[in-house]
Amino acid sequence: MAITVDEVYETTSMILYQNLDIRTTTLGINLKDCIDSDFAKFKKKVYDKVYQNAKLLIEEAKKLESKYGIPIVNKRISITPISLIMETHCSNQKYLEMAITLDKAAKDAGIDFIGGFGALVQKGMTNSDKILIESLPDVLSKTQRICSFLNVGSNVSGMNLDAINLLGDMLKKTARKSENAIGCAKFVVLVNAPEDNPFMAGAFHGIGEPDITLNVGISGPGVVRSVVEKNKKCDLTQLSEIIKKIVFKITRAGELIGRELAKNLDIPFGIVDISLASTTAKGDSVARIIEQFGIERIGTHGSTLAVALLMDAVKKGGSMASGNVGGLSGTFIPVSEDEGMIEAVEKGALSLDKLESLTSVCSVGMDMFAIPGSTPEETINAIIADELAIGVINNKTTAVRVIPIPDKKAGESINYGGLLGKVPIMKVNKYSAKDFIKRGGRLPAPITSMRN
Amino acid sequence: MKKELLFITVIGADKKGIVAKISNLLYDYNVNIEDINQKIMETYFVMTMLVDMKDTTSSIETVRSKLDKIGEQMELKIQLQHEDIFKMMHRV
Repeated sequence: MAITVDEVYETTSMILYQNLDIRTTTLGINLKDCIDSDFAKFKKKVYDKVYQNAKLLIEEAKKLESKYGIPIVNKRISITPISLIMETHCSNQKYLEMAITLDKAAKDAGIDFIGGFGALVQKGMTNSDKILIESLPDVLSKTQRICSFLNVGSNVSGMNLDAINLLGDMLKKTARKSENAIGCAKFVVLVNAPEDNPFMAGAFHGIGEPDITLNVGISGPGVVRSVVEKNKKCDLTQLSEIIKKIVFKITRAGELIGRELAKNLDIPFGIVDISLASTTAKGDSVARIIEQFGIERIGTHGSTLAVALLMDAVKKGGSMASGNVGGLSGTFIPVSEDEGMIEAVEKGALSLDKLESLTSVCSVGMDMFAIPGSTPEETINAIIADELAIGVINNKTTAVRVIPIPDKKAGESINYGGLLGKVPIMKVNKYSAKDFIKRGGRLPAPITSMRN
Repeated sequence: MKKELLFITVIGADKKGIVAKISNLLYDYNVNIEDINQKIMETYFVMTMLVDMKDTTSSIETVRSKLDKIGEQMELKIQLQHEDIFKMMHRV
């Protein structure tokens, strides 16, 4: 059956007026084969493998942008968790040198972010993992493109409080060393981290992955908002149906681009991540979708139900559209990158507590929020541990990307501009969990029966 | 040789010469027009042109940049996209 004018117009208006794009094409690269006892040779092998593949990715992605008339906004790289390949070279200096090597490879190839400068420490830390964490304030403040992650728990391993207890101090040091604490925006701590996530800052190329693979992240909050806007009177079941249908369509676009790009690069196609990812562009906001549902501002009562409905419909529509759905595939509700979220914090509609509760129904985590720089490190650790406990107990990925802004108080804000947007500084509970958190150890893996 | 089908989508206010200008350009680059349809959608004039580019003497990039120029002159949005994206999104 021939494609109709209505169908062509629907697709082109998604791209022209509703910010539909392929948010990221991320090439996962295994670096285990670069390990060498000679550190200079090791760095050269890493540089060459990353640079050559990144360059190819950019060239091929541009061709597909042109063929299909859809923007591919970001071309990125994820690598083998770095602590794994640095085991025999673990010193602060060598970690920094490796970070600079990777940063240069990304810069030279034209890649804006490279993820995977992290470690999996859900059961415990090796010496390399500990030194990695120590090196992060320097790495994150002295490089531009390096993104770091730490997986500190899973529903089969429990949660490593000893690792979390290192993070408040690390984040505060990173914040002081980098301009406007920007280094902290490049670090995320997760539980149940997927090994094929294409989105930064948490992207890494898992150890169960092939040598090289291509993962794609689609987006389209503007498209979903537009369809909700046209259906003001329908009930929740119908609302879910219309979201499913539109997400099906945008996921198919991601599937098409991903498959063809992988084929042209002669590598296996990994996954399509169906997360709704906001940008600071007007209308490209997940918060505005929730408002279109009939919620005055995200963060007020009813918001958790609204996010639950949205996410379930997105996952259902997306999983019908592609057999390769993976990655995070939740919705991102970053505070700073979503103009509706920023406004909700500024108007007092959205608190840190409500943000945490929204993440329990399937958004990925507490993302890109700022707190006063004076927040005690134990409180930062407790904020992280609370959010991640939701993930471990409920068998889902959760994550935290928090920015403690030095010398700033709650109610103030800083403006990063560009993709990172404006960050309002949120109020933190003044009471301490220090004596509980400092006990350390490991939260046991949760029981999987009696799920009530 | 298999056809290389793309859609040209024109969105804006209807005016004289849209089809003429685009057809001339396509003729210059040896692009065949397979089908033309138009409709008013949400107050916009929308025209779609299905074209076969298998024998073109040019490239998608060049044709797109020329279409962009026509779009600028005539105050229209003109998109050029391979038909597979529409098939993927609208056909199961």
